[in-house]
Amino acid sequence: MHFNQFLRFFFVFLIVALSACGKSETQVAKPQGAGEVVVKIGASAPLTGPQAHIGKDNENGTRMAIEDANAKGVIIGGKKVRFELLSEDDQTDPKTATIVAQKLVDAKVNGVIGHLNSGTTIPASRIYSENSIPQISPSATAVAYTAQGFKTAFRVMANDAQQGKVLGEFAAKNLNAKKIAVIDDRTAYGQGIADEFVKSAEASGAQIVSRQYTTDKAIDFAAVLTSIKGKQADLIFFGGMDPQGAPMVKQLRALGMKVHFMMGDGGYTPKLIANAGAAAEGAYASLPGVPLDKMPSGRDFATRYETQFKQPIQLYAPYCYDAVNVMIAAMQKADSAEPAKYLPELGKVIHEGVTAKIAFDEKGDLKGGAITLYQVREGKWQVIETMGGVAP
Amino acid sequence: MDIFLQQIINGLVQGSVYALVALGYTMVYGILGLINFAHGEVVMVGAMVALAVLQALLAAAFSPVLAVLLSLMVAVSACMVLGYGIERIAYRPLRNAPRLAPLITAIGVSIVLQNLAMMIWGREYHPFPMPFTNELHAVGGAIITSVQIAIVFIALLMMVSLMLLVHRTRLGRAMRAVAENPSAAMLMGVDTNRVISATFMLGSALAAVAGFMVSANYGIVHYYMGFMLGLKAFTAAVLGGIGNLRGAMLGGVVLGLIESLGAGYIGDITGGFFGSNYQDVFAFCVLIAVLVLRPSGLLGERVAERA
Repeated sequence: MHFNQFLRFFFVFLIVALSACGKSETQVAKPQGAGEVVVKIGASAPLTGPQAHIGKDNENGTRMAIEDANAKGVIIGGKKVRFELLSEDDQTDPKTATIVAQKLVDAKVNGVIGHLNSGTTIPASRIYSENSIPQISPSATAVAYTAQGFKTAFRVMANDAQQGKVLGEFAAKNLNAKKIAVIDDRTAYGQGIADEFVKSAEASGAQIVSRQYTTDKAIDFAAVLTSIKGKQADLIFFGGMDPQGAPMVKQLRALGMKVHFMMGDGGYTPKLIANAGAAAEGAYASLPGVPLDKMPSGRDFATRYETQFKQPIQLYAPYCYDAVNVMIAAMQKADSAEPAKYLPELGKVIHEGVTAKIAFDEKGDLKGGAITLYQVREGKWQVIETMGGVAP
Repeated sequence: MDIFLQQIINGLVQGSVYALVALGYTMVYGILGLINFAHGEVVMVGAMVALAVLQALLAAAFSPVLAVLLSLMVAVSACMVLGYGIERIAYRPLRNAPRLAPLITAIGVSIVLQNLAMMIWGREYHPFPMPFTNELHAVGGAIITSVQIAIVFIALLMMVSLMLLVHRTRLGRAMRAVAENPSAAMLMGVDTNRVISATFMLGSALAAVAGFMVSANYGIVHYYMGFMLGLKAFTAAVLGGIGNLRGAMLGGVVLGLIESLGAGYIGDITGGFFGSNYQDVFAFCVLIAVLVLRPSGLLGERVAERA
């Protein structure tokens, strides 16, 4: 353990040192083999900060798709194409996201896979749209993202309206929750999914007894949870991501509250269970799409991911993988990697992905996405049920 | 009523941690007139070191009690070395420089430590193992966990020992002398450099304990956990009257209570106009209010002639 950490420490220094000398080298190494065309795929996710583990997972998924495509050898416009990944860190910060987006635009990427959070995807999408660069977000679920009318904005995941509806109905009907408390982290994602959840739960006859807020950097929820305790809620829904979800459910149990705990897709990670330990038992989360092992190529993807990166999939890696492949499929169909030429094809693509059969509606949303509910049982996320259409 | 009691308990637990960290700020300020902004990072390093040692010991099948004690000791020693090093490298060369210079190096040290920790321990949240079952105890309708009880008691114990050290020992007398007048103390034969180093080490030891306690309570360790905690503790120190040990303790507990009650009730009081996401805002509103209305803090001495 200790020695490993030392190694890692040393390694980082090495990388910093190497990258300093490496910069001039990459420019020299640029001239490609005869007739090979380089297509740049931009990617952006938080690679530092509390959500870095999810962001890195996104990058891994994207990288895997690009490596697969390069290994397979894709021919576009009669020439062999080599895909290159430009990965950027947006730190889950909307401001940084726009800077990163501009950077990718300036680097003349042919398309962008990202961003991870709705809060970063939405401000960045304007920049991609203004520069006519197609963008597929693997994981931004806020309704607002594709509602801006941008022709370049797509996503391969069901949106919050679809997800919140399923979660709200499940809470009110299947779990029979009468009094519900809702917390969100005030990000575009957290707020969006919480609002949709509230709408759906109220429509199904439940009462929202407390609406509380936190931030995406908080770690202490004792005061909020105590206040909810006073309202005698029988279910708590948290619109947010796992760095807050784990300590929240832990503190919830430490306050002796035996209520249901539910999150959206931001909670469905192995990290939530690792960080919350036994307190995670019984927690619910949802994830758009069909469980991986139910998809023809999903199981295979998971095994390959685990062998390559020596860790389980955190969350959205399969969606990133699909997003890249959808983009490449559109390029192949248009027989061009020019954004202006393949963009019209992107809307028409039907792609058999690892998460779902992917096709977009006129807004750029995933058509008829399924939503799967999971619960932590015996320290693992287990499927409860899949709702909605399997394929378009 | 039990909800109110619960909020008080939450506040007390949070407040004892603030108090321990605030002591580090206040001790250094009392002696050097310097705000050691890297102190929050020392808390984080303490937590990280404790985590690494605890994991290794538990993996090597040590008994839980021994593992916890050993990891705490290693964390405390590591932080003492770190505190000594910070003072030696970043502050001592600047002791006679304008006051702004050490403040800037303090922020620099804080950034360096944060990034080093990110490189060594990675960017993600680490679960902090707790080898004991964390039992829940009911107190008049409210719940307090064993870990939380331990936090309050250990914090109290540390504070009492610190007070004894400062008021009853030779080192404590030397510290008070340096705080009062460094040059006079030096002329009277007090080794100022040694006393200042000792102060930094003591503060860092308390920070390590605080780091361990926060991690055990939340079960989560993260490379920038020290940043916000440091700011809050600094606020607590200012609230109590920076430079005053009793003030730091009082300030910590008061701040913990304000935060907990504030975040718990603001939504109900304002009819949902302000929400509990303003929890962090309370601390800084308090900071501003204190600076404007009572710059010397609750128990503060008149420090005008020092500045």
